[in-house]
Amino acid sequence: MHAVRRKRLLFIVLIVSLLASALGLVLYALQQNINLFYSPAQIAAGEAPLETTIRAGGMVVEGSLARQPDSLTLAFNVTDFQHSLRIEYTGILPDLFREGQGVVALGKLRADGVFEASEVLAKHDEKYMPPEVTDALKSRQMTSESSY
Amino acid sequence: MSWAWFHRLGSPKWFYGRFKAWPKPLFCLACLCLVVAMVWGLAIAPPDYQQGNSFRIIYVHVPAAILAQSCYFAMGIAGIVYLVWQIKMSPIFLQAAAPFGALMAFTALLTGSIWGKPTWGTWWVWDARLTSVLVLLFLYMGVIAVQSALEERPLADKAAAVVSVVGLLNLPIIKYSVEWWNTLHQGATFSITEPPSMPMAMWLPLLFAVIGLYLLTAAVIMWRMQTEIMRREARTQWLKQEVLSDGI
Repeated sequence: MHAVRRKRLLFIVLIVSLLASALGLVLYALQQNINLFYSPAQIAAGEAPLETTIRAGGMVVEGSLARQPDSLTLAFNVTDFQHSLRIEYTGILPDLFREGQGVVALGKLRADGVFEASEVLAKHDEKYMPPEVTDALKSRQMTSESSY
Repeated sequence: MSWAWFHRLGSPKWFYGRFKAWPKPLFCLACLCLVVAMVWGLAIAPPDYQQGNSFRIIYVHVPAAILAQSCYFAMGIAGIVYLVWQIKMSPIFLQAAAPFGALMAFTALLTGSIWGKPTWGTWWVWDARLTSVLVLLFLYMGVIAVQSALEERPLADKAAAVVSVVGLLNLPIIKYSVEWWNTLHQGATFSITEPPSMPMAMWLPLLFAVIGLYLLTAAVIMWRMQTEIMRREARTQWLKQEVLSDGI
């Protein structure tokens, strides 16, 4: 390679790597602001502010969903498998809301540790499956359970 | 190492003559792939156990998102090549690829938004993945704007190359955004090291769609490069002869 070109290439590599490290530091410093939501563990550790609009997210605990029979108010627990957080919400849940699936809720953390949500979004995982496969999986699980 | 092939690639005359006949067959092959992929993906592939039929937008969303990033990657490389070697073909490529890449990024954002409403419950959320792809769209627009706004040709080309190269830093952020931060967008379904989290009946049509869109991108960019070569080299003798011999 010609000396001038090599110099130019080195200059570009230098500039880009400097920019990359600057950007890396900025992103690292802003990490907490870039995270879309607080996890139950972060909330348990007291990292989330009280009575301020924030998002909290996690996996809905199986069997934790409790609806009030006369209103749209409901409550459920979310977990990150270390800690769990009680979420209360009044409104209509998205179609993909299921126990065992992820959700992200927007709302305020009360002093008693309950998260009062004004909006609940469903998070879905990266797995896709035809319904027949899940049916087959479920029936196999059932037969293996009943055989015990 | 011989650099002859590289210097030849930089010559508009050589490029024009060598790839003149390519776009049409590429375009036909792309259309064939895309028709197969769309019919297969939208009508034949099984629905998802949770999302039902609305998951089928993946056959547009994922290929568009992949192409938006691949296209930018190629532009970044072309930008480095231009800044170091200053070959004529690099800015021609930037000019040809940027609008198409912007279209892909826009398609990815639009289909993602349409997909997000029924599944997540929202059109848009400022999470790291969505925001970094929006930045990608703005980078494309930046390249287009810089290259067409500056009057002086070499200066405009150089500025566009600089934007392309600097914007490369956004690509790893897009890729790893779902791992580095908490996001609403889910993690990657496909990775090189692990089997896909999706059965073959679902990913095979997706593969066709991705290949088809790559071919379409190649055809469109080559076409646009040829047009741009004709515009830039309009005064040269070789182009006059070329056009006359084609009988246009």
